[in-house]
Amino acid sequence: MKKISDELQFDMTRSGFGRGLVELGKANKDVVVLSADLSESTRIDWFRKEFPDRFFSFGVAEQDMISTAAGFALSGKIAYACTFGVFAAGRAWDQVRVSVDYMNLNVRIIGTHAGISVGEDGYTHQALEEITLMRVLPNMTVLVPCDFVEAKHATIKSAEWKGPIYMRLGRNKSPIITDENDPFEIGKGVLLKDGGDITIVACGQMVYEALKAAEYLSKDKIDARVINIHTIKPVDESILIKAAKETGAIVTAEEHSLHGGLGSVVSEVTSRNHPVPVKMIGMTECGQTGSPQELFKCYNLMAEDITKAARAALKMKK
Amino acid sequence: MERPDANKLKTQAKELRKTILKMLANAGSGHTGGSLSLVEILLSLYFYKMKYDPRKPDWDMRDRLVLSKGHGCSALYSVLAEAGYFPKEELMTFRKFGTRLQGHPQLGLPGIEASTGSLGQGLSIANGMALTAKMEKKNSRVYCIMGDGELNEGQVWEAVMTAAHYDLDNLCGIVDNNKLQIDGWCKDVMNMAPLGDKWKSFGWNVIECDGHVFKEIMNSLDKAQGAKGKPTVILAHTVKGKGVSFIENQARWHGIAPKKDELEKALKEIDEKDQ
Ligand SMILES: Cc1ncc(C[n+]2csc(CCOP(=O)(O)OP(=O)(O)O)c2C)c(N)n1
Ligand SMILES: [Mg+2]
Repeated sequence: MKKISDELQFDMTRSGFGRGLVELGKANKDVVVLSADLSESTRIDWFRKEFPDRFFSFGVAEQDMISTAAGFALSGKIAYACTFGVFAAGRAWDQVRVSVDYMNLNVRIIGTHAGISVGEDGYTHQALEEITLMRVLPNMTVLVPCDFVEAKHATIKSAEWKGPIYMRLGRNKSPIITDENDPFEIGKGVLLKDGGDITIVACGQMVYEALKAAEYLSKDKIDARVINIHTIKPVDESILIKAAKETGAIVTAEEHSLHGGLGSVVSEVTSRNHPVPVKMIGMTECGQTGSPQELFKCYNLMAEDITKAARAALKMKK
Repeated sequence: MERPDANKLKTQAKELRKTILKMLANAGSGHTGGSLSLVEILLSLYFYKMKYDPRKPDWDMRDRLVLSKGHGCSALYSVLAEAGYFPKEELMTFRKFGTRLQGHPQLGLPGIEASTGSLGQGLSIANGMALTAKMEKKNSRVYCIMGDGELNEGQVWEAVMTAAHYDLDNLCGIVDNNKLQIDGWCKDVMNMAPLGDKWKSFGWNVIECDGHVFKEIMNSLDKAQGAKGKPTVILAHTVKGKGVSFIENQARWHGIAPKKDELEKALKEIDEKDQ
């Protein structure tokens, strides 16, 4: 892992996926890719260029694409169905539920342009609920890589996984904080920074904000632990329970609705096993048009907000 | 209703294209191609066919327009401002933080009848409005503009069935038939030919016209209003990016805005084009 004080590179998680997918295409002949008229945006045009015979275009028809992916999977293929997160989880949710999840198929649903960082396109294009929508499905695995490199690793690992996966990716360039050599295992949380006073649990782009928040807190002699939960489901319960026991308070941070997202996951795990105060950073309203920076600020998703929440959680700590 | 002066309309179209390009350039993002293809259609609706009162946007008897292809909203916003729904100065807030002119249309801006942007939903919404007008015996009409790529969505065809099932002759669908979607030519991405036959077989009255020729559009709108007993769709043949040579018919201009030098080049070209 890199230090946030390092000179960090920036890139998009969707591009990490696109790179990983091309590697997968070379390694695994069973990989097929399905497109719903967003081939460049989802970065699957790179795969199409290399493997046109394993690339299928459905037009603007997400429901058809998802159920067709199920048909591919039932015939032995590993099907990557790719569109924006809102349309994959929103428009096609019943197709995901019945055609894919119910039959526990090897379909990988790739939802790009997730979160408020989509920016100017506004609420219709900002997926803010799909972590919830996807994780309530019994067989679904839900991945939220935190940067370009992790997205690439997650993509490569996804081919071998059994059962359906939803992978959440962003539009904008964000700091790369993981290393090529960092291990990646689906279902395993990553301890990014140890600490004993409080734990910040984050996913996606908020992992970087969490690291920044930990640095701010350290100036006040508050020693924060930072955990990257790239797998929302099945979540790494042991890393969360350990954090609850050892630090006694938690802040969660996600670019997603607080109703059913990462914050809910962490609360569910801790309240069942070792209840501690949990403060949550995330969305509670519809999004809107604006630059990612303006929107992060407007909806209180900045490192400063995490820091504030951490102080509040510390006060609640017994 | 009397038709507006043909030369005046053409001048309006030029000005509108310039405004749209300026809005997009100022925003630094947005949908250029699918906005420019809408100009003549929207002007024909708002300056010839539709009855409305910009001072009373919720007037009960108004005709309604649902822009189902919400990404074309820079064109709609500029026509609404031209029609007097809100000050033209507000146009330059398009896609900026805090604006009423969201990246995709949002209810709340005067003149906007429905929040759209997720493709395929507009015709169903329009059906609900048309059914209400019928039920309440109001003679207001409902228009719905769709993209040709948007027609890939299954929901569109569910709504097509509904409108025919309920004989919604107060409803007029308009397809901005610009032959392009994001991934390329519609025929390569998802071939829907023969498009007119599809609508016909679903029970609709089908009219085709050149979507950049005012007279043809206005004739089609009149015919649609005259057709009784079933809904009408106007397949308006258009050019994506119409009016600017280097933007026309280019898939890559779907979701990008002109940069400063491109804007200048485009404005110059529009100015120099004869009527
Ligand atoms: C449900 C849904 N899926 C995907 C998109 C992304 N998208 C926006 S525009 C577009 C292509 C639409 O093509 P077309 O309807 O022909 O529009 P036009 O050419 O008029 O711009 C797509 C796929 C969307 N907005 N909504
Ligand atoms: Mg089109």
